[in-house]
Amino acid sequence: MFRNNYDNDSVTFSPQGRIFQIEYAGEAVKQGSVVVGIASKTHADLARVAQQRNAEELSSYQKKLFEIDEHTAIAIAGLTSDARVLSNFMKQQSLGHRLTYGRPIPIHTLVGMIGEKAQINTQVYGKRPYGIGLLVAGVDENGPHLFEFQPSGMTEEMVAFAIGARSQMARTYLERNIESFADCSKEELVKHGLRALKESLVQDKELTVENTSVGLVGLKEGPNGRSSIEPFKLYDGFEVKSWIESVSESQGGEGEGDAAGEGMEVDS
Amino acid sequence: MDHRPQAWGRPRDDVYGAYDRSYMQDNGPKQNTQQPIVTGTSVIGIKFKDGVVMAADNLASYGSLARFTDVKRLRPFADSSILGFSGDISDMQYLDRHLIDLSLSEAYESPDKPRLNAANLHRYLSKLLYNRRSKFDPLWNHLLVGGLDDNGEPFLAAADLLGSTYSAPSLATGFGAMLAQPIMRRYVPDEESAKKLSREEAINIVKEAMKVLFYRDARSLDSYSLAVVTKDGVELKEDEKLEDQSWAFADRIKGYGTQTV
Repeated sequence: MFRNNYDNDSVTFSPQGRIFQIEYAGEAVKQGSVVVGIASKTHADLARVAQQRNAEELSSYQKKLFEIDEHTAIAIAGLTSDARVLSNFMKQQSLGHRLTYGRPIPIHTLVGMIGEKAQINTQVYGKRPYGIGLLVAGVDENGPHLFEFQPSGMTEEMVAFAIGARSQMARTYLERNIESFADCSKEELVKHGLRALKESLVQDKELTVENTSVGLVGLKEGPNGRSSIEPFKLYDGFEVKSWIESVSESQGGEGEGDAAGEGMEVDS
Repeated sequence: MDHRPQAWGRPRDDVYGAYDRSYMQDNGPKQNTQQPIVTGTSVIGIKFKDGVVMAADNLASYGSLARFTDVKRLRPFADSSILGFSGDISDMQYLDRHLIDLSLSEAYESPDKPRLNAANLHRYLSKLLYNRRSKFDPLWNHLLVGGLDDNGEPFLAAADLLGSTYSAPSLATGFGAMLAQPIMRRYVPDEESAKKLSREEAINIVKEAMKVLFYRDARSLDSYSLAVVTKDGVELKEDEKLEDQSWAFADRIKGYGTQTV
């Protein structure tokens, strides 16, 4: 029987130069349900579809959007308990930064910290990578930001991105509309996010108020013409109802017919 | 030949007597800073309608000896804030190196515009000072931080070696707290009057206060640095000279120094 000799730990390279444990951790991200993030000039938005953990509706949907600080939030795909560790770490760092500097932590700094923390797990014997992918959205002095985070410790700034199961479909939608995101209003941004989510749903599933939530953080006009932070707000349940309805009405708008065609090669 | 390496390079015992080895002990209690050694005297600062003016003389004293006469004690940060140091000069230099690291890493993160404003910087330094005093190893300084806050309003605050912080429309450290502060407070008793003060008025008040400090503070110098911070940046002049001194008041003062009458 075939056996892979190079996937017993996360510190050993295969002869092809791969580290299998990291790649397997990447698979855990693909098991998680899809989350989408988009950044415009004024807002960053996160949208997600949740899986029910137990069959037969014995459980509620798993929460996937977490507020880190007033100005940042994450969306998770993968092992929720691993995400809690990172989420708690990010909350502590944001709080610490507020205490010592009296300002919200810059998003780039925060993402750099989790990137470094996750990378260590891939280079120390006896540790395992976080089985989690994140989208980190937030605003700082340089405006709204969206970052992708992978178990390898890789972080990258994105205009729009999707991770999780069947997320390729959502990414195809986002690629198609990328030009329009920068100048979107926050309402339009949310609708783009929900349409992208819809793309990656399985055949008979739909966006509902139970399985969909939206998070928004952005900039608003403050006193004396300076822009100030519009704190992160999570929209859940009935609060997303009108948005879901508006995207189900405008079906077929964004040329979804051909999108389904070429985006079909689904992950794993 | 004495073959013990410990004895090499030392005065010979048979010629100079036994060496007092109590000075070489390294197993005694660890001692932290007990007092400042080379010191800078007062720093003064005042808010005006678009910013802050700050001044400090260029003297570093070794006790009562005027040891170094061109030590600059005002330090700009990211061309948007100004820091004034009084107290120990070596601790000032340590803080200066520390702030270079901080401003570099900030500049890497955000090259186009400074992000740590004076309020952020003051908060950070006060935490740093408090951390050190909590280790019973204080940085022996009293700082003024001037610049703009989150809302673009003038900001002036102090932090001392204990980590205490306070803020006022005009501030002074050291001897200046007794001698210059009352003069500045006559002009800016509250925030409203600071909002009405023009840049020229603020500079004149500070120059006047520096002159009084030179008259009455024996550890001061007539050459000083003067900084003006506004939203357009920091203007720092490091070789100002006191002008129009009048020592008439000192005419009848007797009984000090080398006077014989």
